[in-house]
Amino acid sequence: MTLLEIHEPGETPLPHAGEGSLAVGIDLGTTNSVVAIAREGKPAALHDETGKAMVPSVVAYPSSGGVLVGDEARLLMPQEPRNVVASVKRLMGRGAADLHTVAGVLPYEIEPGSGETDMVKLRIAGKARSPVEISAEILKALRKRAEAALDKPVERAVITVPAYFDDAARTATRDAARVAGLEVLRLVNEPTAAALAYGLDKGSEGLYAVYDLGGGTFDFSLLRLEKGVFQVLATGGDTALGGDDFDRAIAERMLAERKKDGLDDQVDEAAVKAALALARHMKEQLSDRDQTSGRLELSGVPSFHALTRAEFEAMIASYVKRTVDIARHVLGDADMTAAEVQGVVLVGGSTRVPLVPAEVAKMLGKAPLTDIDPDEVVALGAALQAEALTGGGDTLLLDVTPLSLGLETMGGIVEKVVPRNTPIPVQLAQDFTTYQDGQTAMAIHVVQGEREMVADCRSLARFELLGIPPMTAGAARIRVSFAVDADGLLTVSAEERATGVQQRIEVKPSYGLSHDDMADMLYDSLENAEADMTARLLMEAKVEGRRNLLALDAALAKDGALLDVSERAELDGGRARLEAAMAGEDRDEINAAAEALETLSKPFAERRMDRGIREALSGKSVNELESRVGE
Amino acid sequence: MDHFARLGLPAALDLEPASLDRAYFALQRQWHPDRFVAKPAAERARASAEAAALNDAYRTLKDPLSRAVYLAELKGVEMPGDGKTIDDPELLMEAMEAREELHDAGSTQAVDALAAKVRADMKASLSGLGSLFLAGDKPAIRKALLRLRYLDKFAEEARARRMNLERSTA
Repeated sequence: MTLLEIHEPGETPLPHAGEGSLAVGIDLGTTNSVVAIAREGKPAALHDETGKAMVPSVVAYPSSGGVLVGDEARLLMPQEPRNVVASVKRLMGRGAADLHTVAGVLPYEIEPGSGETDMVKLRIAGKARSPVEISAEILKALRKRAEAALDKPVERAVITVPAYFDDAARTATRDAARVAGLEVLRLVNEPTAAALAYGLDKGSEGLYAVYDLGGGTFDFSLLRLEKGVFQVLATGGDTALGGDDFDRAIAERMLAERKKDGLDDQVDEAAVKAALALARHMKEQLSDRDQTSGRLELSGVPSFHALTRAEFEAMIASYVKRTVDIARHVLGDADMTAAEVQGVVLVGGSTRVPLVPAEVAKMLGKAPLTDIDPDEVVALGAALQAEALTGGGDTLLLDVTPLSLGLETMGGIVEKVVPRNTPIPVQLAQDFTTYQDGQTAMAIHVVQGEREMVADCRSLARFELLGIPPMTAGAARIRVSFAVDADGLLTVSAEERATGVQQRIEVKPSYGLSHDDMADMLYDSLENAEADMTARLLMEAKVEGRRNLLALDAALAKDGALLDVSERAELDGGRARLEAAMAGEDRDEINAAAEALETLSKPFAERRMDRGIREALSGKSVNELESRVGE
Repeated sequence: MDHFARLGLPAALDLEPASLDRAYFALQRQWHPDRFVAKPAAERARASAEAAALNDAYRTLKDPLSRAVYLAELKGVEMPGDGKTIDDPELLMEAMEAREELHDAGSTQAVDALAAKVRADMKASLSGLGSLFLAGDKPAIRKALLRLRYLDKFAEEARARRMNLERSTA
């Protein structure tokens, strides 16, 4: 549109500032996900038409084709259990050996051959699918929801991850965002995001603990809040501990009861999924009742199961105790006592299980804070950080590495290079040497974890430093540097100091994706994304159209007198056509109407330009003008 | 640039935790990568390197013992790498006796008493370092720091032992 817009010098708006793509905060949870946006420091979760903020993290590939996410996917569970995946977050960056079974059966069908040395893949609806692409479907759905709610394209996001996520799981999360077409501004740890939402909301200062028990992960972080600084002092957790375990305990019990009554010969994946769904419902009921019961029907054979809260609490006591042990450990790491903690924030849906807040209160000697919805608080914090990163903000998040990073040395022993709870970003180096005369290569094996032996830690990457000049054993000085960026992602490089032979790698986690996998996935996503693309182009056309209408209206209000009646009528007609087109779904018509309006408004624009120049020049002496030109 | 200079602090044994935090927060406000998200790659890399160096400096200077070791090394005292065996027979004997005592402590109260003793010992030794640094007595500094390192490890072990006792009685 060629309407001349005249701005005061220095007030010219930046291209796309304020109306380009927005940055949102996303809590990509095991059970539910939430997307939120912050404006001027006020975060809000984005709801669907029915007012729900939570999107169940469930993806379905229906036999009729397409992909469903959220409630729609969950509804398909009874009919097509094999085409529906829940809790995929537990598989991010994981191998097959990391998975939990129910009654010896996995609630997933694993793609044969996957997950031994790479990330496990699932077999769904006859196709192998990686947890990354399944997570990407959830992210795409969240992005769509945000675009619908905000009526603007959304291309950037802060995504939260459990603080205790290792490098492989973080990388997998980043990859999923890429597949979903989102640029990740920052991966923020979930408890840190929650603290941000709390701290900014309440203006709290002092030492705070965040106890985050979600569907599949547990994190406990200690933070110091001080004048806009959120400093994580220590963090700990378990990436395979959460409400899913509570569900599993109930499901196991029900399946065992059926077995005792001789109802089932064999339990399959579908039966496990049905039992888990019922178990979850019963668990939720026990949050405000003393007892509940459920009816489980498998292969047409029903059974009835009663459960009291006391029984349930006995079943989950060991899990809750484990969280309390971890919390104590974190306090010890930070050299703090429970008495020094000013407040503890509860995060995650599983903190609704009454035993959880009771045990937390007992450990810390104070009642936990729950005044922000524990299901939304993480997304709200992520949204605040997204705004701070794109719009500038005064808050400062200082986070730490959750797990120690090290190298394998002789005998399978781990030499730690970056200890846990080191503030990030960080770059630390350690020198190693050769152990044989004339050795010209050195194998570098990068591991993550707290244990002393390599076998007990997670293997992140292996590479070889080649071309070391032959020297006597112990003469070479090989410096291995670990750099962890602000997202918690690791890069390792090695250098022979005497000769400067250098080798650098981005750590490709052993459980991560190969470049080929990633390329395939991006391709698949593009192939399947035609519908997405059309919707996106339509939205962009509408946004552009609205911009043009606003500019035209502003110009007409100011300089409408420059037009005669018939010209004005023509312009109004063009305007009405564009407005009508924007109410419809035909992108070509919107573009055509916008183009027509632009042609119609050209003479008006030219007249405004003339007038603008005349006004600028009037009343100025030649000298003044010359000196201005010289500026 | 040494860690003290990077944070704009005098290279001294005594450091107010509050002034260290203040200096560190102010510089992180300037250099943290979160402030550079929309900047060109070269600026982002520079910020990341600065922030990493600040974190290294902060981490080293925050703990009184690691600060003392660092300052000693700046002054030319050669310290063996962390985790190396103790080469002082007197200290070796002391360490063995203390470990035995910890092993025999059967209650959290007994462990707490040992830990309190070690903490008091560390505090006294740390404050005694000042005069050694003033005198520039390198062998004495080295000996004192090695003993402090051992005490620190012992405190860590006491903590682990306490946690185990707590777990088994909870």
